[in-house]
Amino acid sequence: MTSSASGSEIIVAMPGTRLRQNQKLASQVFRSCAGLCGCSIIVVMAAILFELLLNSSQAMATLGWRFLVTAQWDPVAGKFGALSSIYGTAVSTLIALVIAVPTSLVIALFLVELCPKGLSGFFRTAIELLAAIPSIIYGMWGLFVLAPFMARYVQPVMGKYLGFTPLFQGPPMGIGMLTAGVILALMILPFVSSVMRDVLEMIPPVLKESAYGLGATTWEVTKDVSLKYGRAGMVGAIFLGLGRAIGETMAVTFVIGNDHSLSVSLFASGNTIASTLANEFTEASEPLYLSALVELGLVLFLMASAFQLIAQLWLRAAAVRMGTQ
Amino acid sequence: MKKRSIVLRKIVNGVVTGVAGAAAVAGIGMLLWILGVVVQRGITAIDWEFFTRLPAPPGELGGGVSNAIAGTFIITLVATLMGVPIGILAGTYVAEFGRETRLATAIRFCANTLMGAPSIVIGVFVYTLIVIPMGRFSGLAGSVALATIMLPIVARTTEDMLRLVPNSLRESALALGAPEHNMIVQVVFRAARSGMLTGIILAVARVSGETAPLLFTTLNSPYWSLALDKPMANLTVTIFNYAMSPYADWQAKAWGASLLITAAVLIMNLAARALARERRLTS
Repeated sequence: MTSSASGSEIIVAMPGTRLRQNQKLASQVFRSCAGLCGCSIIVVMAAILFELLLNSSQAMATLGWRFLVTAQWDPVAGKFGALSSIYGTAVSTLIALVIAVPTSLVIALFLVELCPKGLSGFFRTAIELLAAIPSIIYGMWGLFVLAPFMARYVQPVMGKYLGFTPLFQGPPMGIGMLTAGVILALMILPFVSSVMRDVLEMIPPVLKESAYGLGATTWEVTKDVSLKYGRAGMVGAIFLGLGRAIGETMAVTFVIGNDHSLSVSLFASGNTIASTLANEFTEASEPLYLSALVELGLVLFLMASAFQLIAQLWLRAAAVRMGTQ
Repeated sequence: MKKRSIVLRKIVNGVVTGVAGAAAVAGIGMLLWILGVVVQRGITAIDWEFFTRLPAPPGELGGGVSNAIAGTFIITLVATLMGVPIGILAGTYVAEFGRETRLATAIRFCANTLMGAPSIVIGVFVYTLIVIPMGRFSGLAGSVALATIMLPIVARTTEDMLRLVPNSLRESALALGAPEHNMIVQVVFRAARSGMLTGIILAVARVSGETAPLLFTTLNSPYWSLALDKPMANLTVTIFNYAMSPYADWQAKAWGASLLITAAVLIMNLAARALARERRLTS
């Protein structure tokens, strides 16, 4: 008579019997296994840091800080400056945030305050499914559909009316920093708007009702009550989007043009850390080249982890302040 | 407070309402636009040969991606076999044994950070960990990379689902004299079953569309290869290579593969959602 994990009955043994001791042992084994698996997550995290540090040590020793502050990337000459990749990562992420944050806010507002009850489930699912589409599909769509669309309709208009600033100069090629930013915006939109939705839903109804009672309109309640009350949560949502956008690889690789040059214009090609890795990792034949790429990966990992950490701590603090935990 | 005309305030309110509605509709419009393009361009590329033939040499018409379909299936399956059990046990540890101890907090923290780690960095990690020592790209390395991505997702959703199980269930099982492992496996897991399954499906859906971690772990292969220790054909890297190629026929194949992946991922997502909804209705 032994108990099996798949069977539906639990065999209860009398204290002191052999069966009881076996059961205790089994419980111990189960507990240890679970503990080991739990620790494996810490081990993986540590191993990632260790491997990245170990394999980038050559680049760090040879290139030092110049790696982070120079823009010349010439594998043949052994010159590796990550500045253009870091700059491209920053700019494309910034464009994504500028587009995605206000859009996410109004979408969240719509879902929580304005949408008719029956429709809201449909809208929610549709917005969330945007997050389920794989990155590479965004890449395909971006390269073959969005980039030509941007080149034909959007960029010429922007160049005409905003061309006096250096940001929107140059030929409208479609691919480049701006298109990458637009795709990234679309990709982080579901994440940012879902956190913002949670924040708006956490606002105590009594606060909103009192504002409505004073005669405020829906927008005034949102702007002056909900947003002020949920400010911390909103910032957390932005950091979450930041952490997502920064490491996005395939979609960006398809549309950014993959060019190691620094240019002010958003119409110009560029690259990001992730796109450089995707494009060049399998070509890296020299040890220093590979080491420099691993260091790029390390920089990306640290940046993404930092934003992730800030977002988590911030959202937790916000939840505590709002009294939901 | 400043006094403002009620007409102006109502106009502003109306404008914001309109903008918000338009943004939500635009979001759905984007979804439909992307899906529409993928279906429209993909469906023409999909025929019997697409599923049954090997890729044609560069520049030649015809051929299929049967090896990539099999490869993606195998890589994802092996990743699931590695990532899901470890993830479930890890989540179980945090929810049932560790709870608020320092170790459990550390595990939770690492899992959250890993969930935010860019998938391409996981690819770099597995490259240094497995591909360099083995001396070649392999399907196994890709599976390990995908399993690494799945692990924290499964662990966190398992933990969240187990925490929803009321303590009274645990106490009744223990009070009857059930050993701890029986209590967890046969009572707590059973109560949290559909939630855990939802999490697993979502994790599988997430990794089956991943490309970046496979680029330099599994690579790709134009041949029929089922050996885990060799480069293995897979759909997502095939999409990347074909889309970047100058051949129209390959680009069409890339759209066909895109449709296949998108359909699989969306079906898994909708299934997970249906399962979650069912749970809410029955509980």
